[in-house]
Amino acid sequence: MSHVRYIDKTREYYQSEGYAAPYRWAHFDDVPFTRLARPLAECRVGLVTTSEMVIRGREDELAHVENDPTRPGYSLPMETPTKELVSRKASYDKYATTLDDVDAYLPLTHLRRLVEERRIAGLAPRFQVVHSQYSQRRTLTVDAPRVLAELHEDRVDVAVLTAV
Amino acid sequence: MPTVMFGCARDIVEHCGVPRFVFTDFPLGNPTGRPFDPGSQRHILDLGLHLLESARGPRTTVQSPYEWSTDTTWKAKVLTREQPFLDGADKEKWLARKAADKALKGTGKP
Repeated sequence: MSHVRYIDKTREYYQSEGYAAPYRWAHFDDVPFTRLARPLAECRVGLVTTSEMVIRGREDELAHVENDPTRPGYSLPMETPTKELVSRKASYDKYATTLDDVDAYLPLTHLRRLVEERRIAGLAPRFQVVHSQYSQRRTLTVDAPRVLAELHEDRVDVAVLTAV
Repeated sequence: MPTVMFGCARDIVEHCGVPRFVFTDFPLGNPTGRPFDPGSQRHILDLGLHLLESARGPRTTVQSPYEWSTDTTWKAKVLTREQPFLDGADKEKWLARKAADKALKGTGKP
């Protein structure tokens, strides 16, 4: 069976709910492309995710993010043990699957192993959390510049992005 | 900066356009493998690393070989009245944020 047509399904669903104008999904005619500048074994890898991770037991520290309508992004230490991380993401297919295994959407365990195996040179000291924004304007003007600035600051060579 | 995206919504990511995309035909939420299945997780990540090395231009998609289940009814149920994506308090939050976005639009604030 072919993959789910989320764009069509979203349009049909919200039309049936009475919304007149369909959501305009992000689209770019020109897509940038950057080749690896050096072998992966010499690359430091960054990680960016929409999985809305928080550190278990320290959710209160991010309460201001939850309550801020502009949904600011944030970063967490890459060395946080996987078992201490939990996702607050609400918009996933909760009928079919779970977010109980962090490595199914934020592959920290496997990235650490890749460093041990010297497949990659290392990991950034932090990973970036970006909310799935309704506002593409905010994604472009606030989130993306912040993430890129942090990746540069951390001297990251390649970035792994997980869309949850 | 070279990037590779892992995702489960092929149409949305390809409509947007990204440099490199590893698509896994799983329910939204598990773009880097089946929960509690380290084998599929490692394999999908390896596909992404290989794509970083091998892609020659933007919009390069690789599909991982995994199927969620032989029973594909989960696909038909996505975003239906029986299984809305957001409901209850989550839907209220989303609507509040959407309204806040609309209010901010045109004010010059991001």
